[in-house]
Amino acid sequence: MKLHRLLLAPSLGTILIFMALPIAITTLYSVLTPAQYGGVIWEPSAEAYVRLLFERDIFDDTLVFNTDYLQVLGRSVLQAGLATVLCLIIGLPTAWFIATRPAGQKSLWLMLVTVPYWVNLLVRTIALLLILRDEGPINGALQSIGLTDGPLPLAYNNFAIGLGLVSSFLPFMILPLYAAIERFDFSLLEAAYDLHANRRKAFFAVVLPILRPGLIAGGLLVFIPGIGSYLAPDILGGGKTLMLGNLIGMQFQGSRNWPFGAALSTILMAVTLVALFIIARRAAREEA
Amino acid sequence: MRALAVLLLTAAPAFAEGDLFIYTWGEYTPPDLVAKYEAEFGVKVHIDTFDSMETMIAKLRTGGVGYDVLVVGDATMQVMIAEDMVEKIDVFAMPNFVNVDDKWREVPWDPKREYSAPWAWGSTAFAVDTAVVKGDITSLSVLFDPAEEVKGRINMLRDMNGVIEAAEFYLGVPRCSENPDEMKRVLELLETQKQWVKSYDSESKELLVSGEAVVSMTWNGYAMRARDEKPTIVYVYPKEGYTGWMDNVAVAKGAPNLDNAKAWVNFVMAPENAAMITNYARYSNGIKGSEAFIEPALAAAPEINPPADAPAPEFIPTCSPEATALIDKVWTKLMN
Amino acid sequence: MALFDTRAKDIRNLPGFGLTATLAVAFLYAPILFLVLYSFNAGRSISRLDGLSWRWYSAVFANEEIAGAALNSVMLAVIAASLATVMATAAALAMVRMRVRRKAAAYAILNFPLMVPEIVTAIASLIFFSSVGLGLGFGSLVIAHTTFCIPFAYLPITARLTSMDPALESAAADLYARPWRRFTLITLPILAPGLISGWLLAFIVSLDDFIISSMLSGPGSTTLPVHIYSMLRLGITPEVNAVSSLMVLASALVVITSGLIARKQT
Repeated sequence: MKLHRLLLAPSLGTILIFMALPIAITTLYSVLTPAQYGGVIWEPSAEAYVRLLFERDIFDDTLVFNTDYLQVLGRSVLQAGLATVLCLIIGLPTAWFIATRPAGQKSLWLMLVTVPYWVNLLVRTIALLLILRDEGPINGALQSIGLTDGPLPLAYNNFAIGLGLVSSFLPFMILPLYAAIERFDFSLLEAAYDLHANRRKAFFAVVLPILRPGLIAGGLLVFIPGIGSYLAPDILGGGKTLMLGNLIGMQFQGSRNWPFGAALSTILMAVTLVALFIIARRAAREEA
Repeated sequence: MRALAVLLLTAAPAFAEGDLFIYTWGEYTPPDLVAKYEAEFGVKVHIDTFDSMETMIAKLRTGGVGYDVLVVGDATMQVMIAEDMVEKIDVFAMPNFVNVDDKWREVPWDPKREYSAPWAWGSTAFAVDTAVVKGDITSLSVLFDPAEEVKGRINMLRDMNGVIEAAEFYLGVPRCSENPDEMKRVLELLETQKQWVKSYDSESKELLVSGEAVVSMTWNGYAMRARDEKPTIVYVYPKEGYTGWMDNVAVAKGAPNLDNAKAWVNFVMAPENAAMITNYARYSNGIKGSEAFIEPALAAAPEINPPADAPAPEFIPTCSPEATALIDKVWTKLMN
Repeated sequence: MALFDTRAKDIRNLPGFGLTATLAVAFLYAPILFLVLYSFNAGRSISRLDGLSWRWYSAVFANEEIAGAALNSVMLAVIAASLATVMATAAALAMVRMRVRRKAAAYAILNFPLMVPEIVTAIASLIFFSSVGLGLGFGSLVIAHTTFCIPFAYLPITARLTSMDPALESAAADLYARPWRRFTLITLPILAPGLISGWLLAFIVSLDDFIISSMLSGPGSTTLPVHIYSMLRLGITPEVNAVSSLMVLASALVVITSGLIARKQT
C-alpha cells in the first residue's frame, strides 16, 4: 500500500463517511416534501428550491420574485467578509508580532491569545453583549466621564454583530499565520533590502507572498464559518436581523420546513465548494 | 482504533435496572425532588437538557435515543401524541391522579390524560417597570402603541409564535389564522413596532432588572424573579388576551426504564412534590393541595394569581401547516 | 554583519504591530475579565454587581448538572482534538511531502467540514447515526467532533509544513536511514509549533460547539453549552460565570504546565 494513501486514509475516510455521506442525505432531503410537524415525506418536490427565489401567491398559485432570502444571504456574505478583512488587519500584525518575539515571550503571547477561547462561545458572546449595551460598563464610563449624554447604541445592531464575529474568529486567523511566520527565513530579507528601500516595502513585497498559504488558511477559517454564524447575530444583533445560519436553523425549528433548510444549505455548500476547488487547485499546484 | 471501538461501545448508555433518564429544560428540576425520588425508589436519576422543543422533537423523531421521561409543552404534546412518540401510560389511572386540579384533567392536548401529567404551567404576557412607565398599563397598547419614554426600550421574546400571538391578540386576529390578509395586518403592526424594539431576547428578566428594557414581553415566572430584584416591576394581564402554556411530563416511546418512568410521573403528582417544583421553578403546578407546601410569598405572588377581572389565558395548539407557513412568512419578513 | 543584524531586527519590529497585538489581546480579554468579575457577584444578576462572594463557585461544585456538562465538554474536546491532530498530521505529510494523485480532490475533502453550516452537520449527523443504529451518546459526539476538527488541525500543520525547508529533511536522510527516525527526530520537533497550533484550534472548536452537540448528545452526555442554552428559559445565573472562570483557570494551568515542560526540554 502506497505510503501516502495510508496516511491520507484515516482523515479522508472519516470525513467521507461521517460528513459527506450525511450531507448527501441532506441534499436528498432538499428535494422531498416537508412533513407536517417537521421531518420529511418521501415524495419528490422541487418546491424548496422554488421558494428560494419565488413566493407562491396563495390564491392563484403564480410565482412572484422574492428577494427575502437573497437579502439574508447577501447580508451574511457582507458581514462575514467585513469580519474577515478586520481579522486580517488585526490578526496579521498580531501574529507577526508574536512570532518575532524571543522564545519565552512567544509562548506567553500564544497563551494570552488562546486562553479566552476555553470559555464557550455562547458565554463569551453574552459577556460581550453585556459590555456593549446601554446599561453596560462602556456606556457607563463614557457617560460618567461626560463624553456622551445618553448611551451610544453599541449593541443590538450590525456593529455589535461584526465585533462579535471578529472576537469569535480572531484566533482562527492568528494561529495559522503564526505557524507560518514562525519558521520564516529572515535571511531572505537581506535580499529584500537590496531591492527595496525600507522595511515596509520589504514586508509587502517579500514577506506577504511567502505567507500566502497562511493568509488563505486564516481567511477561509474566518469567512466560511462566519457566513453560517448563528450565535452572534442571534445574541448581539438582538435577534433583529436574520443571517443565513439563523435562517437555516429556523427551518428545523419553528418553521418546520426541513427540505427548505436543506436546500439553503445545499446552495451554500455548492457555492463554497466551487470556491474551495479553485483554491485547492492553486494550492496543489504551488505545493508540487 | 481500539480506543474508538471502546468509545463506540460505551455510546450506548448503561440501561441497568435502577436508572431513570430525564430530558427537560435546564434548571427546571429541583435537586431535592430528585434526591427524594432516588431515596424512595432506589433509582439513579440522570438529567439531560435541551434548548427548545424543536431540538427535542428532532432528536426523538429520528428514533431510539434512550430517554425515559420527557418534559413537553402543550402544543408539542399534541404533535408527539399524533406521531406516536410517547407511551400510553394511562396517567388517569395512577394513584396520585386524584390530586390533579380539575381544570387540568381534560386538556385539549391530552383529553383523557392517557399520556401526560401536569408539571408546571404559566402565562406569557408582558411586564413593565412602573418607575418609568406611568398611566394605564392593562392593555397590549403598552407594547404596540408605546409612550415616548418606552420607545426604544421595549424587548420582545425571541419566540416566533409568541410575538405573533401577542400581535394577534391586540388586533383581534384569531390565533392560527390561515387568512393572508389578517396576517398582513399582523406583519404591518410588528414592523411598525420593530423600530421601537431594542431586542428580541428571551432573557427578559435580566433586561428588565438592568434597565435595558422598561417594557418586556415575558413569562410570568421570569417577571416574578425580576420583581424580586426590582420591586417596581409589574406583570400585566392584558385585557385583549394572553397566552397560557403548560409543561407536562410524559414517557418517551420505547423508554428503556418504563417502570421507573411511570413511578416518576406518579411521584410528581403528589402535592408536596409538585410544590417543590413550584418553589424551585417559580411557576404554578397543576396539583390540588400543593398550596400548603408552597412558600407563602410565592403563593401570594400576583404573577401566579391573576386578578379577578383578568381574562383567562388562552392555550394555543400547534397550528395547521397553512397557518404555520403564514407565521413563518411574517417572521422572516419581520426579521429581514 | 552588524548591518544585517540591525536590519533584521528592524523587520521583526514593525511599527504599530506591537500596539495592534496588545489591543487585540485586550479586546479578546474584555469579555473574559467581565465574566470573571461577575462570577464573584453576591447577587443573582449577571450584569449588576451587588458585592462579592464565593457563593456561585460553591454552587457549581454542588450542581451536578453543570459540573457534569462541563466535564463532558472538556473530555470530548481533548479526545476529538487529539484524534483529529493525529489524522491531520498524517494527511498533511502526505499532501505536502509526497506525490498525490488528484491532490485538489483530497484538499477539497480535507477542508469539506469547514464549509458545512453547523446546523446542517448537526441534523445530517443525527439522521445518519440513528439510521445506522449507532445510537446517540458520547461515542457519536466524539466521531462528529473529530470529523469537523480535522480541517482545523490540518490548516496550521500544513501551513507550517509548507514553510519548512525540505533541505533539512534531505540532510536528515543522509543521517538517518529509516524514515520513521527521520520523522520523529527531525520533522516532528520542527513541526511541533504547527502541531500545537492545530491541536489548540481543534480543541477550541470542539469546546465551543453548541449546535452539533445539542443534536447528538444522548442520555448522560449533555455538554456545557447545551446546558447553558437550555438554562436561558429560567434565567442565567452567575453560576455560568463561575464555570467559565474555572475553565479559564484550567486552561491557564494547562498552558503554563506545557510551557514549563517545553522549557525543560530546551
